Amino acid sequence: MSEPRPAVPGGPAPLAWRVATVRGVSPASAHARTLVLDVPAWPGHRAGQHVDVRLVAEDGYQAQRSYSIASAPEDTGVSLTVERLDDGEVSPYLTDVLRPGDGLEVRGPIGGYFAWDVVAGGPLLLVGGGSGVVPLLAMLRHRAHAGAAARARVPARLIYSARTLEAVIDRADIERLEGATEVDVVLTLTRETGMEWTGRRGRVDRGLLAEAGWPPSAAPRAFVCGPTPFVEAVATMLVELGHEPRHVRTERFGPTG
Amino acid sequence: MADRPFIARGFHGRRPQAHPERLPPGQYETRDFPVLSAGPTPRVSLAAWDFTIHGIDGGSVRWTWDELHALPRETPTVDIHCVTKWSRFDTTWEGVSVDTLLDAAAAQGVDGGAYVVAFCDGGYTTNLPAADVTGGRAWVVWGYGGGPLPPEHGGPARLLVPHLYFWKSAKWVRGLRLLARDEPGFWEELGYHERGDPWREQRYRGDP
Repeated sequence: MSEPRPAVPGGPAPLAWRVATVRGVSPASAHARTLVLDVPAWPGHRAGQHVDVRLVAEDGYQAQRSYSIASAPEDTGVSLTVERLDDGEVSPYLTDVLRPGDGLEVRGPIGGYFAWDVVAGGPLLLVGGGSGVVPLLAMLRHRAHAGAAARARVPARLIYSARTLEAVIDRADIERLEGATEVDVVLTLTRETGMEWTGRRGRVDRGLLAEAGWPPSAAPRAFVCGPTPFVEAVATMLVELGHEPRHVRTERFGPTG
Repeated sequence: MADRPFIARGFHGRRPQAHPERLPPGQYETRDFPVLSAGPTPRVSLAAWDFTIHGIDGGSVRWTWDELHALPRETPTVDIHCVTKWSRFDTTWEGVSVDTLLDAAAAQGVDGGAYVVAFCDGGYTTNLPAADVTGGRAWVVWGYGGGPLPPEHGGPARLLVPHLYFWKSAKWVRGLRLLARDEPGFWEELGYHERGDPWREQRYRGDP
């Protein structure tokens, strides 16, 4: 958190709930959707930050959850990519019920530690598991807005572990970023059984991190996001490979719904 | 915050709560124990481990792992509430009351002020009013659920301050600095609330 929130730096400015308007809804994978929100008086964000979402029912019952912002600070609107959890309470509402024109209460942006911008430098080593790729894609989208010269100074690699090909979030956009903004992408699928996938299979392991990551001597800024066991394993392996713990920033997804 | 909440069209909620009176606003009950940390889980050898209280006037008192275990033990059963919205009921811990540690420190002339900062392996810190870690409301714990506290949950030892959001219950704790004036810790500097009372929903700086 780069000094995340307060509109008045250092001041006790409260993080207000704002009623955003859903401008668009689009599929991000077989299980995830992206909501594009127009948030009134949105103060801007840094790639990697998240928002809180609050749902209040007619009878006053309320539920809150946190979702990473998928869009770059430079993009119009604030996008959230939400993976539907079948036994969830909030995610099925966001993916199945919400439609363009609806209002949605949000507050943010929140978090400034798991956040990155081009001026913070690199190299950038992004390791995502499942929907944990979302804040990492925000970083790559932000980097894509920088000029080619700035990008050349901040080389970026994405290691992304998904269960199956159809679970890969924003596959087409990842390919676009790879081709147009010089990102090295390694996609590995842990449960894909289909024959059409000829790429890498299996979990992110030490060999993959050593081969596809940067050597510790390059002092990459590592961001690791995903389910708790994934993040525990990857962060531990990065430290064992010789990366400075203070250069490994993590965000763990609990089983929130 | 808006005076009247915005009603989400078509949202009915679906989680009947067994103990609604135990759930602070905006929280939901989980049976899991999610992990939240900003970096890798540090590993430390127990032989090199110690716990130190630094007093307001430069004095300090230090316990080794074995010395800490020789102090009177308590086994609190408490509800815990994470700022990321989950709450977990009836968690069981084993450790030593912070009162016991502060009393022992005071007996050796190590005195405190109105605030404390917990410091940890990995560089994490969190600040608390002294009143929130005294009066039988805070512990340094090394046991969880009848076994040793797992590293990802803060082992070998963490602070336990269950009446505040769980980021105040610093993982991998190595000691307390006693202070006359408040000094923001890691998340507090990054926009989280200074005190973090879940019943007042003090999540972020500027919340009531």
